[in-house]
Amino acid sequence: MKKVKKIKINLNGIPLFLPKGTSVYKVIKKNNLYLNKIAIELNKEIINKKKIKKILLKNKDKIEIVHFIGGG
Amino acid sequence: MKKDTFIISSKKFNSRLIVGTGKYKNFLECSKAIKASGANIVTVAVRRVNISDKKKPVLMDYIDPKKITYLPNTAGCFSSEEALRTLRLAREIGGWRLVKLEVLGDKKSLLPDMIETLKSTEVLSKEGFKVMVYCNDDPLMAKRLENVGAVAIMPLAAPIGSGLGIQNYTNIKIIRKQTKLPLIIDAGIGEASDATIAMELGCDGVLVNTAIAQAKKPLEMAIAMKYAVIAGRKSYLSGRIKKSLTGFASTTKKGII
Repeated sequence: MKKVKKIKINLNGIPLFLPKGTSVYKVIKKNNLYLNKIAIELNKEIINKKKIKKILLKNKDKIEIVHFIGGG
Repeated sequence: MKKDTFIISSKKFNSRLIVGTGKYKNFLECSKAIKASGANIVTVAVRRVNISDKKKPVLMDYIDPKKITYLPNTAGCFSSEEALRTLRLAREIGGWRLVKLEVLGDKKSLLPDMIETLKSTEVLSKEGFKVMVYCNDDPLMAKRLENVGAVAIMPLAAPIGSGLGIQNYTNIKIIRKQTKLPLIIDAGIGEASDATIAMELGCDGVLVNTAIAQAKKPLEMAIAMKYAVIAGRKSYLSGRIKKSLTGFASTTKKGII
């Protein structure tokens, strides 16, 4: 069997190993996040939530997923 | 009498009290306090999703953004760059355009950095944001913010979380006189009477977080703030009597025995 290549990304400051070709959408689903409650940055650029199925992650990518919390 | 409506960027609100959602014991207490306060607008902050603890409750589960207007803020931002990044992300969460900008300049006093604040207001306004701006109680700076597109001027009463109440009555009055924009006291309120005074000075609204959230009885304080704002507004609109150093009897002398 062919070994799947892994990439190392950073999700909200936490290093994460994923199979090569993983989409941003897959990361969101895996973490049980609701798209209408979050915003996503990939390498400091905001990405369109509608297009995340097509955005595939590369080695060393940095993702930030944010939401609203209590604040003054 | 003309109906007294509170309008921010062409949107009407019933309550002139805006409350923060930080520093509560938990989301349940926060949502109860909001209900008790009667506020239509709450400030919220933008932070990383907790990836390691997926079961942790989130704000939106307790406070429905369809029923209460979320006002995303830039709490904790110390530069224009950070503030812009935060609000662009907030907009992306769900189309929020009405935002509260605060760019802090000093970690100890949490006083605003007005140079960075002014820069950010201009950029955000050009990008289509409706920017409510936390600022110093400085009439000149308030004017400049208005000139670059702010939709509301939000001068501090005193440093954030200090509970000191309004420190500079004169400046607040000058700002009131010079602007037709909504003027909202933001930060430094300690007790209900501070909110009343803000409204009596002619402010259009008051934003309170710590004074409610950290009170011994937050729900009771939320109710107190609600009525304090209403009382202050009514008092302001009613036209107070002149101050005098002489006494004037309240009862007629006619028929005196």
